[in-house]
Amino acid sequence: MRVRLLHTLCVLLVMWTPCAFGALSILATVPEWGALATEIGGDRVSVYVATTAMQDPHHVEARPSLIARARGADLVVATGAELEAGWLPLVTQQAGNVRIQPGKPGYFEAAARVTLVDKPVKLDRAGGDVHAAGDPHIQTDPRNIAPVAAGLAARLAELDPANAAFYQERQRAFDERWRTAMSRWEREAAPLRGVAVVAHHKGFTYLERWLGLEEVATLEPVPGVEPTAAHLSRVLATIERRPVKMVIRATYQSDRASQWIAERTNIRAVALPATVGGTPAAKNLFAFYDDLIERLLAAVQ
Amino acid sequence: MAPAAVRRGITALALSLLPCAASAASDDELAQIRAEIRQLKEAYEARIRALEDRLKEAETRASASPAIATSPMPETAPPAPAATSTASGIAAFNPAISVVLQGRYASLSQDPEQYRIAGFPSGGEIGPGRRGFSLAESELAFSASVDHLFAGNLIIALSPDNEVSVEEAYGVVTAAPFGVVPKFGRFFSGLGYQNEQHQHAWDFIDAPLAYEAFLGGQYANDGLQLKWVAPTEHFVELGAEIGNGDNFPGSRRGRNGVGSFAAYAHTGGDVGASHSWRAGLSYLSTRARDREYFQLDTVGNDALLGFSGDSDTVIADFVWKYAPNGNARGTNFKLQTEYFWRRERGDLTYDRDGALGSTQTDAYRATQRGFYVQGVWQFMPAWRVGARYDRLDPGSIDYGANAAFLHTMSFHPNRYSLMFDWTPSEFSRLRLQLARSKVRPDVTDDQLFLQYILTFGAHGAHKY
Repeated sequence: MRVRLLHTLCVLLVMWTPCAFGALSILATVPEWGALATEIGGDRVSVYVATTAMQDPHHVEARPSLIARARGADLVVATGAELEAGWLPLVTQQAGNVRIQPGKPGYFEAAARVTLVDKPVKLDRAGGDVHAAGDPHIQTDPRNIAPVAAGLAARLAELDPANAAFYQERQRAFDERWRTAMSRWEREAAPLRGVAVVAHHKGFTYLERWLGLEEVATLEPVPGVEPTAAHLSRVLATIERRPVKMVIRATYQSDRASQWIAERTNIRAVALPATVGGTPAAKNLFAFYDDLIERLLAAVQ
Repeated sequence: MAPAAVRRGITALALSLLPCAASAASDDELAQIRAEIRQLKEAYEARIRALEDRLKEAETRASASPAIATSPMPETAPPAPAATSTASGIAAFNPAISVVLQGRYASLSQDPEQYRIAGFPSGGEIGPGRRGFSLAESELAFSASVDHLFAGNLIIALSPDNEVSVEEAYGVVTAAPFGVVPKFGRFFSGLGYQNEQHQHAWDFIDAPLAYEAFLGGQYANDGLQLKWVAPTEHFVELGAEIGNGDNFPGSRRGRNGVGSFAAYAHTGGDVGASHSWRAGLSYLSTRARDREYFQLDTVGNDALLGFSGDSDTVIADFVWKYAPNGNARGTNFKLQTEYFWRRERGDLTYDRDGALGSTQTDAYRATQRGFYVQGVWQFMPAWRVGARYDRLDPGSIDYGANAAFLHTMSFHPNRYSLMFDWTPSEFSRLRLQLARSKVRPDVTDDQLFLQYILTFGAHGAHKY
């Protein structure tokens, strides 16, 4: 009896030994980095994504399931720039996993690989839930993806030297496909250049800069604060002076405010995927941008 | 037979570890040199690629339409060095600081000075607070990494009566092995669900009656805590604490050694993208010595009682949260309930101060229960309503010879509360709460509270 118990304990111990899994365990905070980790890591990594495209990554709680996943993770891939400030530090601290603490090789921040825009001149919450480091929604510009991919491949190689060549090779292949796709997107999106838009939340700044869209106003009075009736009437007045083509919002955001605007003007309310999985079509990183551009083009025709 | 099975187990263990052991044990130096060469290669490749990128970008910029050229592109070259902190010199090492301001207006039909939960020994900070306008507790929190081993946390509470108290002051070992998170100093115990949350994060202005009756509002301790999350995909957390046990239901004993012991287990997870839950079971054991409280005796005198003995508490907690697609921004619902059970055994002294002229000590035995259940529904962004029901069962109390002066009551203290709050941003909240509280027989307290909570400074954590 006691021997069988010992045997069972040994088997349990074996199951818990990280080496037994083989694959590098990755906890991605948002779907885009989950998708990227899969592109580069292939079958050598197992990826768990903490949020879905239908969730606002600012407003996530340190749920029990996230703490459990952080406990066994070899690598956390986060956006950084305070996007996950409300929950990720709590998750990594409660999980008690030394490998994934900030500063350790097991902690990777995508935002550190790109130049952030809209760094606030004045840090004051009267201006809303501002991000001191700059706008963290970097995934809406494909030019930001390539450097993150390179950084991630190098980090995977560092953590899993046995498969270093594999990661580098897959990153090179990804990079090539990515560049081809980018020139196609830019060609396709040419009619969007100079188009004026209103955004629900300041979450598509990078997309707008990439495609040359012009953001005339936002429906949120300040970032992170729900649209108010008073502010929406001001937005209406702005639109009268400066006609816009569409009101854009992420699919996870409430459509009430953009519908309100759309009903009073003849402009289109467009729901865009904020990341991979934001729409049924946005199945992977490539399809995400395909769908983004398709939806924007449909609105200007 | 037996040794063979053991050997099989050990062999299985050894075999499973083999791949790691082999890679670690094989010629270390060679591996290191290889790694260095690879790193060099990677670094150069990255640099060349970056140069190529810049060249390509320059080309496209030159050939592309002017619209793109006028909107500056985010630079996609390799990252700038991480030193982005603008704070210089000494200030660069300032800890994260956050402040919570609270204030309230209370209208109470009963005098809060007379507040007492009938049939239950009282301790800690309990009651609905004062009438009229008043400042509630202001909180000042500092946190930072201490060094490569420790992180520190200090939370100071400033009471409306201009008293300063150390609410929490603890160190956390950040580099402990095996996933253990040791915490030491003064901290809110990990018992139950709501106990670890600070008062400004609660969904109602006051603590559930069960928390008041069984833990004196909230249980804090000076001592040591160990928490451990199991390395499994399903969340299992175990925790244990030892402390001085000064706080209710214990009391200051003036002895060496451990005055309180707590152990708890939590588990939880997601059900689909929209649902999540957490459940827990906790145990607290403390020892009281001359723990004093007032209680009405059979004649109606206010008698001072003193209890010395063992106090064991068991708490079961359950929380379930729902948000459509896991997006709590629009609408969400939270159900929270906790059940308390306590057994106290020891000696009770009646009329401890001799004010009634009949001081007497005899054996005391009590088993008491209580629970609360509450639901909070966010029906549109920023707006929530909530309801809570509290009920306590004084249970069976064996007063021994003191039964001549004290009697067991059949009265069950209870309370109904309704809450309505508005959260214009993550950093502010305004609340209205109505309650009908019956904590003493034949006395109904109708309560109305207005409350504000403002937080500023470092971004707060979204605790589950």
